[in-house]
Amino acid sequence: MTVTEVKPTSRKKKKVEWAEDPKIGFVEAIYLPAIVSGLATALKHVFFKKRLTKQYPEVEPEVPPNYRGVHRLNRDEEGRVKCVACYMCQAACPANCIEIIAAPAPQDDPKWSNRDKYPATFTIDELRCIYCGMCEEACPVDAIELTSIYDLTGLTRQELIFDKEKLLSVFDETSKAGQDPVRTMRGKLGPASEVSSTAANSPPPPGGGRHG
Amino acid sequence: MSLSELWTEWWPLLWPTLVAIGFILASVPVVGLYATFVERKIAAAVQDRLGPNRVGPFGLFQAIADGIKIFLKEQVIPSHVHTFFYMLAPCISLMTAMFALCFMPYGPVSTEYQSGFRMIVMPGLDVGLLLMFAISSLSAYGIILGGWASNNKYSLYGAIRSCAQFISYEIPLGMSVLGVVVVAGSMNIETIVASQATADGILGWNVWWQPLALIIFFTSALAETNRLPFDLAECEQELVGGFHTEYGGIKFVLFFLAEYTHVVTISFMTILLFFGGWHFPGLSGAVDASWQMILLGAIVLLTKVCLVVVLIMLLRWALPRFRFDQLMGLTWKGLIPLAMLNLIGVAIVSTAQWPRWSLAIVSLFLLIGAGMWSTSQLQAKLRRPAGRKPVTA
Repeated sequence: MTVTEVKPTSRKKKKVEWAEDPKIGFVEAIYLPAIVSGLATALKHVFFKKRLTKQYPEVEPEVPPNYRGVHRLNRDEEGRVKCVACYMCQAACPANCIEIIAAPAPQDDPKWSNRDKYPATFTIDELRCIYCGMCEEACPVDAIELTSIYDLTGLTRQELIFDKEKLLSVFDETSKAGQDPVRTMRGKLGPASEVSSTAANSPPPPGGGRHG
Repeated sequence: MSLSELWTEWWPLLWPTLVAIGFILASVPVVGLYATFVERKIAAAVQDRLGPNRVGPFGLFQAIADGIKIFLKEQVIPSHVHTFFYMLAPCISLMTAMFALCFMPYGPVSTEYQSGFRMIVMPGLDVGLLLMFAISSLSAYGIILGGWASNNKYSLYGAIRSCAQFISYEIPLGMSVLGVVVVAGSMNIETIVASQATADGILGWNVWWQPLALIIFFTSALAETNRLPFDLAECEQELVGGFHTEYGGIKFVLFFLAEYTHVVTISFMTILLFFGGWHFPGLSGAVDASWQMILLGAIVLLTKVCLVVVLIMLLRWALPRFRFDQLMGLTWKGLIPLAMLNLIGVAIVSTAQWPRWSLAIVSLFLLIGAGMWSTSQLQAKLRRPAGRKPVTA
């Protein structure tokens, strides 16, 4: 067995150390002290060490803030779904669990007057999802986020296919509970959500990039 | 002699035995199930966990739940096994394990034969120790048969390993106990226990005078139970599950009960042969003085036995598993010569009628001698080949 230490900065001097074989003396040869010390280690853990078990249903674990749990669809300040149906998350998803059908925003509704496009349906198959968080990264308007909900269960496969309303209600619940603040809020919605006065292929607005 | 006369003559002899047999039969499954529970608790404590604590207070009913679950499991018999022997193997395992318990007094028993109830199935057996070893070695058949009948290479490997291990460790097991037998002058377990109840109190126990015999006996007995650090017959990393790979449900549990019964048996043996059985300083008195004394003696004995069982379970977490050549080396190069020399030493001391403390000196001398010899051997083996010099920094 050799232990080699090579310092990356110094070129000329390589420090090579031979690790010695363990010395087998009288104490090691009669086994008993080693057995006693092994027992002492075991007993130390029995009597003096803190128990690490978490009694789960009673004591809930504290998940880190970047935990990737159940998805939610964020709402904007006016309570509308933030999503602009750009299909970026659907394209980024390695598990193909997101399915979006886009529709033009209802123009007769004054609430939606400054929006161009919105998701008519937004479905995530929570059983298919691998919780990689790539949808979250891909989203240009920070509409989709993963929450810290880790105990997702269901009795049927059907009830674990979340539609838009369910995903919005997850947002309502988690933002109310305060456990999941909107993490990636950049202020206003991005340029993708703004109504373009001209055709769909118009250049981006002056100043470019995202607002805020 | 008419039948009724026979009955009146035999019934007083028969009922205490039947009660004792009933007691053993009833206690083995309960003890086995709760031993698994205690083992899980100890394992958890050593690993800084809590262990089973959901079923009932402190998880006490976990053992019962496990038992019910395992009894209700489907009986799967793989198509490639020798069905008859496959079914027979766990039965032999448990039967021989339980048989060995017949020679264990579970409470104070007088050296004279008592009529009426007594806390042993077979009282006053002059070849008790010999018969016990003879029967408990039969449990090797259960394991070998199980491994062979499973028609599975891993099972067979496990069984063969276990066979070699059994044969090797029987020798030091028997020989270490012979030292105690020589000093007590009898193979009767009751007599051996009584010989330790001297006026010296705790100093009468064999453990102080024959510590080497205790070490050899305990090590070999641990190997006989196939438990860590000697569980090569079932080491999961190498053999899937060893001889019980193909067993499931109640048949698997029978093997397991046998293992735990063995653990209890060797704990009993350790206490009875080396730690004064039901005797404790301040509690000595006539064995059949009163039922309170008998109960107290039984409690003392069972407490000591429980402590040994806990020690065995702790040892599992203190020691790594032996490699097979190390296992064989330990017994053939270490324990067997030591046990032989120990027996010779004890025989010389008792023939020459030297004082008892010379026994302890013999033990100590042998242990130190073995350690020194082993050190010199190991260092010769570890010596570096010529030409390769360590470079010191």
